[in-house]
Amino acid sequence: MTHGISIQLNNFLAAFILLTSFALLAQRRIYGLLVIFAWQGFFLSLSSAIVAYTADIRHLYVSAALTLLLKVIVLPYILYALINKLNIFREVEPLVNIPTTMLIGVALVIFSYHLTAPVRELSTLFTRTTLAVALSTVLLGFLMMITRKKAVTQVIGFLAMENGLFFAATSATYGMPLVVELGVALDILIAALIFGIFIFQIRTTFDTLDLTEMEKLKEDS
Amino acid sequence: MNILEQLLTEAMQIALTALAAPLFVGWVRMLKCWSQGRRAPGILQPYRNLLKLFSKDILLAENASWVFRATPYVVFGTILMAGSVIPVISSELPLSASADIIALVALFGIARFFTALAGMDVGTSFGGMGSSREMMIASLAEPAVLMTAFTVSLFSHSTSLSVIVKYVQGLSFFLSPSMAFVFFAFILIMLAETGRVPVDNPVTHLELTMIHEGMILEYSGRHLALMEWAGMMKLFVFSSLGIALFSPWGIASDVAGVPFALLLVALKLTAIGVIVVLIETGMAKMRIFRVPEFLGTAFLLATLGMLSHFMLE
Repeated sequence: MTHGISIQLNNFLAAFILLTSFALLAQRRIYGLLVIFAWQGFFLSLSSAIVAYTADIRHLYVSAALTLLLKVIVLPYILYALINKLNIFREVEPLVNIPTTMLIGVALVIFSYHLTAPVRELSTLFTRTTLAVALSTVLLGFLMMITRKKAVTQVIGFLAMENGLFFAATSATYGMPLVVELGVALDILIAALIFGIFIFQIRTTFDTLDLTEMEKLKEDS
Repeated sequence: MNILEQLLTEAMQIALTALAAPLFVGWVRMLKCWSQGRRAPGILQPYRNLLKLFSKDILLAENASWVFRATPYVVFGTILMAGSVIPVISSELPLSASADIIALVALFGIARFFTALAGMDVGTSFGGMGSSREMMIASLAEPAVLMTAFTVSLFSHSTSLSVIVKYVQGLSFFLSPSMAFVFFAFILIMLAETGRVPVDNPVTHLELTMIHEGMILEYSGRHLALMEWAGMMKLFVFSSLGIALFSPWGIASDVAGVPFALLLVALKLTAIGVIVVLIETGMAKMRIFRVPEFLGTAFLLATLGMLSHFMLE
């Protein structure tokens, strides 16, 4: 019975992760984005803890704790500090309008559902159904990176993509080995710091965070 | 259940829809007053308003056609019909077989169609404005409502409300992502369809932002009373639809269980009133051009609910 309940709980959390991915696409304010991103990390960590408990895999607890620490507290804080420092309070500027982005997002979800169908057939893990959600989270993060102009929102899209990858690892194989997990966590932390410096540099050089401005780097022909 | 008991339950359901709706609205208004730090009129104030309006004369515009005069009765009738098919006190509702959840959406559609026509009938600018806005919102809300209906009926393999209620009651441990999505979609739709705050403001007259009030601005006397009553019933019907779909526990299956079911429904409605007022107090009215986004979100949630039914369950 506990098994049945954890499957339901895990599916429920998967649905919430999917929901937060869409919320990231829909949110117009940068602070709102950070809050949603933190929630996504929270659901992710809760989901891995449930998987760890149900499948009795110790190292997944460590991953869950790391996710909680990094993606719910540290990364949002770093980004928050960055946003404050850069004084970006304006609304997020999407390249494609938001309802259209949402529709593309729904199409991506259907696409990933079909793409993961063979894996779902073969896998025996109880998390196999959430794989489609994991893949759609990756694709939605990708979509967010593509459709946003500003560097900070693209970074959040990137981090959401990483969330999706982590979730995919948990649902496809009960998580990566601990060494890999630790490496990825460190990577993400470093990446966020580098992004911070990078974004700051873009700002001081171009006086804007709009990446379309960088097209001016081309030589005049 | 014999025919007499069936008739009795049906009569009680209809009476509940018609008579409890003003009470529910009174409760919501009372909460709203308290949340804004005002002193509330009694919970029975909507009844008093209706009585006052019924006793007044009708003032008709010179160019009002039969559409204008017929609309209050049509709207009142369709909404009452909608209320009579939602199994909220007993799942053995005889009329419930006559209209499923899609027909229910159509009933709301009829009411809306006539209200919009009546808004334009007299030819005042406010009425026309209200009608055109109402139609814009309707065209966006209806796909979302239908998507919600489809997702819910995917579970029970039936569009009949009675079957859905019985199915959900039969589940032991119920934590389904698609139901959660559909639930949130339903809340958004309910706010839009019943003209609550983020979409329309039910308490403003003579404001440029009004939608529903704009359409019924020309009504007076008995007609206005019926329109207002229908509006109250619409909120009640949507709330009971929410109860039937998402928290049907305690809905009786025979006549003996009806008193207890009534008590539970009263409790649930009290809670729904609190939720509605919390949402309304926490939000500001949206710009009309933000409404498509709001309802787009509802549609998206309902679609996600349907997708996750296939993906995760």
